[in-house]
Amino acid sequence: MTTLSDPPKEQFRLSMLLYDTRYRSATIQVIAMLGFMLLAAWLINNTAQNLAALGKPIDFGFFTEPASYDINQRLIDYTSQDSHLRASIVGLLNTLVVAVLGCVTATILGVIIGVLRLSKNWLVSRLMAVYVEMFRNVPVLLWIVFIMAIMIETLPSPRDFRGDDAEASMSLFDTVAVTNRGVYIPDVLFGHRDPETDEFTSWRTGLGDFPVGASESNPACASYFASEGPFAGRPGEGCGTFQISLDLMVILIVLGAGIYGARAIANRADRIQEATGDRPTTWYLRLGVIAVPLIITLWVLGFHLGYPELRGFNFSGGTHLRNSLIALWLALSLYTAAFIAENVRAGILAISQGQTEAASALGLRPNRTMNLVILPQALRVIIPPLISQYLNLTKNSSLAIAVGYMDLTGTLGGITLNQTGRELECLLLLMLIYLIVSLLISGVMNWYNESVKLKER
Amino acid sequence: MSDTHANTVAYVRETMLPQVAPPASSTGPVGWARENLFSGWFNTVVTVISLAIIAWILIGIVPWILSPTWGATSLSECREILTAAGSVGEHGTSGACWGVIRERWVQLLFGFYPSDLYWRPILSFVLMGVALAPVLFADRVPSQLIWFSAAFPFIFPWLLWGGTIWGPLAVAAGFVIGYYVFRILGAATSNLIGLVVGVLAAVIWWLFLSGYVVDALASVLPLGIEEVPSRNFGGFMLSITIGVVAIACSLPLGIVLALGRQSDLMIVKYICIGFIEFIRGVPLITLLFVASTLLNIFMPPGTNFDIILRVLIMVTLFAAAYMAEVVRGGLAALPKGQYEGADSLGLDYWQAQRLVIMPQALKISIPGIVSTFIGVFKDTTLVSIIGLLDPLGLSNAIRADSNWNGIVWELYGFIAVVFFIFCFSMSRYSMYLERKLRTGHK
Amino acid sequence: MKKSVLFGALTVAGLAATAAAAGTLDDVKARGKLNCGVATGVPGFATPDANGVWNGFDVAVCRAVAAAVLSDPMAVEFVPTTGKTRFTALASGEIDMLARNTTWTFSRDVDLKFTFVGVNYYDGQGFMVPKELGVSSAKDLDGATVCIQTGTTTELNLADYFRINNMSYEPVPIETNAEAQQQYLAGACDVYTTDASGLAATRATFEDPSAHVLLPEIISKEPLGPLVRHGDDEWGDVVRWSLNALIAAEELGVSSANIAELSKGTDNPEINRMLGTEGTLGEMLGLDAEWAKRAIMAGGNYGEVFAKNIGENTPIGLARGLNAQWKDGGLQYAPPFR
Repeated sequence: MTTLSDPPKEQFRLSMLLYDTRYRSATIQVIAMLGFMLLAAWLINNTAQNLAALGKPIDFGFFTEPASYDINQRLIDYTSQDSHLRASIVGLLNTLVVAVLGCVTATILGVIIGVLRLSKNWLVSRLMAVYVEMFRNVPVLLWIVFIMAIMIETLPSPRDFRGDDAEASMSLFDTVAVTNRGVYIPDVLFGHRDPETDEFTSWRTGLGDFPVGASESNPACASYFASEGPFAGRPGEGCGTFQISLDLMVILIVLGAGIYGARAIANRADRIQEATGDRPTTWYLRLGVIAVPLIITLWVLGFHLGYPELRGFNFSGGTHLRNSLIALWLALSLYTAAFIAENVRAGILAISQGQTEAASALGLRPNRTMNLVILPQALRVIIPPLISQYLNLTKNSSLAIAVGYMDLTGTLGGITLNQTGRELECLLLLMLIYLIVSLLISGVMNWYNESVKLKER
Repeated sequence: MSDTHANTVAYVRETMLPQVAPPASSTGPVGWARENLFSGWFNTVVTVISLAIIAWILIGIVPWILSPTWGATSLSECREILTAAGSVGEHGTSGACWGVIRERWVQLLFGFYPSDLYWRPILSFVLMGVALAPVLFADRVPSQLIWFSAAFPFIFPWLLWGGTIWGPLAVAAGFVIGYYVFRILGAATSNLIGLVVGVLAAVIWWLFLSGYVVDALASVLPLGIEEVPSRNFGGFMLSITIGVVAIACSLPLGIVLALGRQSDLMIVKYICIGFIEFIRGVPLITLLFVASTLLNIFMPPGTNFDIILRVLIMVTLFAAAYMAEVVRGGLAALPKGQYEGADSLGLDYWQAQRLVIMPQALKISIPGIVSTFIGVFKDTTLVSIIGLLDPLGLSNAIRADSNWNGIVWELYGFIAVVFFIFCFSMSRYSMYLERKLRTGHK
Repeated sequence: MKKSVLFGALTVAGLAATAAAAGTLDDVKARGKLNCGVATGVPGFATPDANGVWNGFDVAVCRAVAAAVLSDPMAVEFVPTTGKTRFTALASGEIDMLARNTTWTFSRDVDLKFTFVGVNYYDGQGFMVPKELGVSSAKDLDGATVCIQTGTTTELNLADYFRINNMSYEPVPIETNAEAQQQYLAGACDVYTTDASGLAATRATFEDPSAHVLLPEIISKEPLGPLVRHGDDEWGDVVRWSLNALIAAEELGVSSANIAELSKGTDNPEINRMLGTEGTLGEMLGLDAEWAKRAIMAGGNYGEVFAKNIGENTPIGLARGLNAQWKDGGLQYAPPFR
């Protein structure tokens, strides 16, 4: 430093910690830190003492013990002999399923309702206002139990479908069964009809599942390893940590390739248009590139639908959307949609009138004005509150416990906690997982928000 | 056509026609309907569909509501009345059973609170309206009322829980002691020392001294009203109590957290951010599980306090995180000039906050505070999951009664309507306030 | 006793109570109230009426203990607990005893550190199905949808039973009895399974009880009884012997009708010892001589409590079965008062 004269060197005095703003902030921080650490130490000390008195030291060992309870909706293989850890994962997946479904539906509903609330049609806008107020001002827990009660009380039970003059019948050409246990829809199966037995054999030409994490020591996987060739033996159920449907993988690959091809054709058309000014008609080519290989693949794999049918006590076959899932999904999306609708409305109102007028001056029709001019701009206003609505929906999904949907709170924070009596471990883990999920959602959405934000110079 | 200008071209009009009223089809109800309901084929279709939906809902619900079962004393009696009235549907009788509401509505409102003491919760909620008036209707009430508002946080729990009057007075005394220690020490040395010692003095008073003083005073001069254990709280009273206490306690906490989050002090800032984001990242139900199962484990061995107090603590922490964000929004909405203006007047941090920033920031955040309150009030239904008898929890207990076993809709409907009335009026009020404040600022 | 007065100010407002790890009996006496954990609402076992007064079979045990310790059967603070909160409420000292149809199991006794003081109801897990399904045995339930109450041992028993018998089922977990009943009646589940007593109690409240049958299989042993914290044996003894007094009173023929007369002194030394006219049993427990007399007078002896709350003349209509006195072929067997 080449200062002309050194500033007079100040003697550091203790009182400067209090009066000098340069040091005072450090003093405050040290005091705050000490206070915080004292509080933390006090809490931890209390906890340790209490746990010692109860004779329950912190121990996560119970996670590897068999859970010995069943879960009705499981996205990965699970039996009551699997560990508490796996049961928690099943629960976490269920939470994610209902959260994702709810967010998607709530967004769609919310945008529609928010736009309709500004409709010129008086009746429609009033109706939407009533909807929004009705859902916003009644607790979501009440809506969940209410919708569950409606489903249970008004829909027919499977036994009403029985007999020749049954009280209820399946809808949509006998493919969908709507019962008070849930909705049974056809599911997608792969396999060819065996000409001799006239039955579908799913293993004949469908590729089946590839077990991830299979090992020879697992008896269910024994046949998989015993035979020769990669697909000679088929793994039994419960083989591997989880299974990936090879059929689905193949279809996704073919679909991806088709879309890539279609885009290549479109790019070529763009180039021709730029060069010559004429755009060749390519939509049928693009459609063909996507559709034809896909249809051929589906045919080769033996694609067919498995229809639900009444067998014994329940419908079997098809995919069972349980009423607990539907009630939770509906209630969460209807409730959150009311809030999103208000955000959408506020976002649209925030766009200046001049934009609408300019669009009209360009000759755009009202709904194209909305789609092309207003909504894209309103989106930037809508996204930040939308993030917190998504977070709220995900957190509210923990109310699944009220309708017996086995989400993370129902498994890890419910039955596992009850059966093992490990409140501290279960609840800490439960909160940690929710925290991570919340942070992930807000991280992803904030990233999206950054990417659509108006780049101001 | 005019005759006087015979030579003019026939298709040019030269005189004004007399003004006529607009056609009947564009004025009055008909015109309104054409404009707002049937302007074009698409709107017409939408209107008809909406009307059909409304009619379908009303046809479904109205006959069910209009059911002559107000006097019934059990579900089976309801069924008899309905069968006699001839409203029998496919699946047994169709019609509401309002007898359960007649018999239990008081319980749904007050829980198990002693019936001869109902005046106390009613009075305390009325007084709450009075205490809030200086904040909500600042322009229409005398400003001296603010002293009552300051005293109200001590009157409110005393009225609800009863007991000796020295308890709330001792708590209030803690604040007074802390304040005077802060003033005297702050003047003698520095504000920082004053603040720290003042807080310490208040805490020491609350923790170690007030108990003995209260006991002594209560034995000398037993002033008090009948004690009501919090076990007896239930129904909507419980919901409102949790909501009000949580919001009232979370407001100061939220302000501190918001200031901490805005501050330049790194450690303080990160502690505040960590707390806020943690609370906002987990569902309320997990915090309630903590209240019901873990909170006692975190406390010194031997301490044990009521489940409702534990719930109050957790809900307060929960609300504080949201409140902090609301207040932060208010702080951010203030023009930077206000901060700079305060600095240029030579105010220190706390003076600037107290005299310039907070009064404005809090005023802007009132709508946000009201909606946080609505949210917390609605969320109090979750306490039914941990076994407290809020309206939803009570509805389960009522359904376990053999007289009313099988009742579903009437109870849920009643609870939903009451919640709707509370929340809707509050949200209307906050919208009114928002309008009022907006005109004030532009 | 450490009195933390941060909550002390609130204690005055009646919010907080202080408890100590040692000497529950002293705490209860000092407080003048017994904190007793019960279920949130099980017909016949614990329900609040319109005035908030609790009644039921489990409630009667709490009242007997309160009568023995505090001389007032109404000096009980009932704390409704759920399957999740009951054990932590007891472990944390929020309640002094838990009488909430809780099954006595090894892990609860040993791992969760509680002491079961006895069995007031011998139960077992059963199944209820609508008659129209035509099911006569639980072995026919392959593929059925089963409603279960979560937070209990029933879901574990159920999983084991179906797995051992190589049957599949669809569990529908439900929080409260009222909701389970609603789902079952609407046909959202084929079977409702819980303790047989609970099933009978639930069936009794149906519009048409005869349309539902209880299947003969009882798939588990469910000894239900009151429990207290580990390590406070004095208090455990008080609760244990209050319950035993009720059971022994029935065996010895002491009832609320004749107790006033019998307490003047009888020829039977055991009755005399129990009712305090002979010996110092009460003193040994840390109570006065008439503790058992008051416990019995609170609601009658075991047989009277049973008959009044869940017996055959009530809507619940349970037979004594395993819960008869040992002399009548049941399992209720109180150790001697000596």
